[in-house]
Amino acid sequence: MTTVYTLRIDGRDVAGSEDATVLDVARENGIDIPTLCHLDGITDRGACRLCMVEITGSNKLTPACMTKIVEGMEVTAHSDRLLEYRRAITEMLFVERNHICAVCVANNHCELQDTAEELGLTHFDLPRISPKVDIDASHRLFSIDHNRCILCLRCVRVCDEIEGAHTWDIMHRGLDTRVQTDMGIPWGESTTCTSCGKCVQVCPTGALFEKGRAVARGSKTRRPFLPWMKVVAEERGL
Amino acid sequence: MSEMPAAARPVRRRVVTEELHEGPIRASAYVCEAASCMSAQAAEITARLGELVAESGLGDVTVKRVGCLGLCAAGPLVEIAQTGQLFERVRPDDVDGIVAALRDVKPTDERRPQGPFFEKQMRVATENFGLVDPESLDDYVGRGGYETLRRVLADMTSAEVRDEITRSGLRGRGGAGYPTGLKWTTVAKAQGSQKYVICNADEGDPGAFMDRSVLESDPYRILEGMAIAAFAVHATEGYVYCRAEYPLAVYRLRAAIRSAQRAGFLGAGIADTSFNFDIQVRLGAGAFVCGEETALIASVEGRRGTPRPRPPYPAVSGLWGQPTLINNVETFANVPAILRRGAEWYASIGHGKSRGTKVFALAGRIVNTGLVEVPMGMTLREIVYDIGGGIIGGRPFKAVQTGGPSGGCIPAQFLDMEVDYESLIEVGSFIGSGGLIVMDDTSCMVDVAKYFQDFCRDESCGKCTPCRVGTTQMWMLLDQITRGEATLDDLATLERLAAIVQKTALCGLGQGAPNPIFSTLRYFRDEYMAHIVDRVCPAGVCAITPVEVMA
Repeated sequence: MTTVYTLRIDGRDVAGSEDATVLDVARENGIDIPTLCHLDGITDRGACRLCMVEITGSNKLTPACMTKIVEGMEVTAHSDRLLEYRRAITEMLFVERNHICAVCVANNHCELQDTAEELGLTHFDLPRISPKVDIDASHRLFSIDHNRCILCLRCVRVCDEIEGAHTWDIMHRGLDTRVQTDMGIPWGESTTCTSCGKCVQVCPTGALFEKGRAVARGSKTRRPFLPWMKVVAEERGL
Repeated sequence: MSEMPAAARPVRRRVVTEELHEGPIRASAYVCEAASCMSAQAAEITARLGELVAESGLGDVTVKRVGCLGLCAAGPLVEIAQTGQLFERVRPDDVDGIVAALRDVKPTDERRPQGPFFEKQMRVATENFGLVDPESLDDYVGRGGYETLRRVLADMTSAEVRDEITRSGLRGRGGAGYPTGLKWTTVAKAQGSQKYVICNADEGDPGAFMDRSVLESDPYRILEGMAIAAFAVHATEGYVYCRAEYPLAVYRLRAAIRSAQRAGFLGAGIADTSFNFDIQVRLGAGAFVCGEETALIASVEGRRGTPRPRPPYPAVSGLWGQPTLINNVETFANVPAILRRGAEWYASIGHGKSRGTKVFALAGRIVNTGLVEVPMGMTLREIVYDIGGGIIGGRPFKAVQTGGPSGGCIPAQFLDMEVDYESLIEVGSFIGSGGLIVMDDTSCMVDVAKYFQDFCRDESCGKCTPCRVGTTQMWMLLDQITRGEATLDDLATLERLAAIVQKTALCGLGQGAPNPIFSTLRYFRDEYMAHIVDRVCPAGVCAITPVEVMA
């Protein structure tokens, strides 16, 4: 039997089952908490820090996606302070690499862009890092442009947990962190990639995209899920 | 260090004169063979000394390898155990003098070296330093080693052991100062089919070498402390997570584990009881963040060493999801002493909520660079001037940096402050693992902040956004300031950014990364202003070319 807890988020009384997270309960009740690394159906990692909330009685902020609810919990999901932090974190993601929306396949279909808009991020104050980053277009169906990667690692998790291929992983650390295929070989040479396209489907930005799409034509919502499975199956004569 | 075999083997190198003497020993020369003295050819001194003693036919004189004698600045060190006479900066040619001194020794009690550096210290965790041969189990046992473990296993229940630790007031020596007894109790009461004890020896703070010294000088004590902890929390498996950059410590630790296993102090049925506990060594690949407990656990499990949000805490769900006790090297080193001499004795030492002693590594512009252990609550002045011998060249003291990259700088106005967990936090620093870097007027505080920020950005694991991006941005802003290219707006951005990183980063590395900036801004804002407004570096460290800018 599951126990149901009642708690309060932003002054609203809400209820959730014992294994639910603050984020789950908030979303069920129409309280929107911005997220980027979270994706329903795969393991959470609490890394993007956008969903940080205040919990009464704790002096530290905690990620809503990884905080299990408890009875009587009082959560502040929106405050001026949290808005400032969320804006700053979104800004950091923008200036960390080279996000140029005007030439991006995901323009207008980008979760990073949406988040910035939602949070009212209008300009950048923080220093731009502008690193030199590579593009890997060796795969015959897809490309990865690391300039647009925000290291949410949805691709890594979906590849491991849903597809079961574990083609994607991460290498290096700090600012040099990159997602990689197999042991850092070009994507096109990967022997484990099944070309299922799940990683492309889940990528919140235009980092992973389908080849042949023009600027702003990288919509992921208005097409059937994983059409490439069909392509690959046909190629293999299945 | 050339003495050390490439692959650590559990073969004990015999001290040259060990087999020469017959009957009682009249005099013995203790040669420090910890990493610092080893790097100054201490092993050669031991060998020469041994040869010369043998040649001179001194049958009642021994030469022994011991752990750290503390005064690293003056190494290699040789001590005559009976008189306390200390030979500093010994060169192979000086060995004749030592042999002559050994010849004159009268049979008296063992004494420690003289002088304020040694006399003002209080040795608990490091009580065997400079006395036992770190590669000899016999020597450790000969000095009372493993007596405590035997007694604990024979006479005490695990609850009694935990109670003793709780009453002693011991707090985690890794830096955060979490009450050790409480942690042990949590692990003991947590549900789990298998429990683990992990010793965190991934010491990575710049200027800190406490854990290394303990492992190099008295490895058996850590094993004994861990075994007692394992008994207290019902664990049967242990790991020592040590950084691979400490080859001598790893070598001695592995040798100690093998000989302890052979002697029945590790493994099944320890000391003829039904208690089982074994220890394995895991090497870190050089990532600073692996000193964070959740990252450390990930690394032990063979995964990428990145932290995860807590809770759940490792005490409830740690290694392989089981309750896991993680303590620092120094914490474990205190355990046998507490159980041997009693919680009341330990609790009688110290100050306020910080009981017992603390090992500090003195580094920077200080005369007596080395390893010291002092009671909590000793003033900074006593540590720096009495024990540390003051600043090199008698220059004015400017600040002392404690707590590594998560710590802060304490300026001269707090020299008379009593050093403990709370007081350091009050002044914006952090006791950390115990590195004390002393700075004089030749240090530029903006440059110091930049150095630590560079360290943090280099060591950021890249998992969470604020640390991955924010540390680099803070470093960029500091770099701009040190180049004389920053404006007051940049300083405001730096302060805002630092506050955001502190509040939003995932682990202690990111949350602590802005601390050096906060503390230098708090006490040395004028230096920042000099760089920004006047475009000069008061200490003359930063190369600023005066450029007129249109503003």
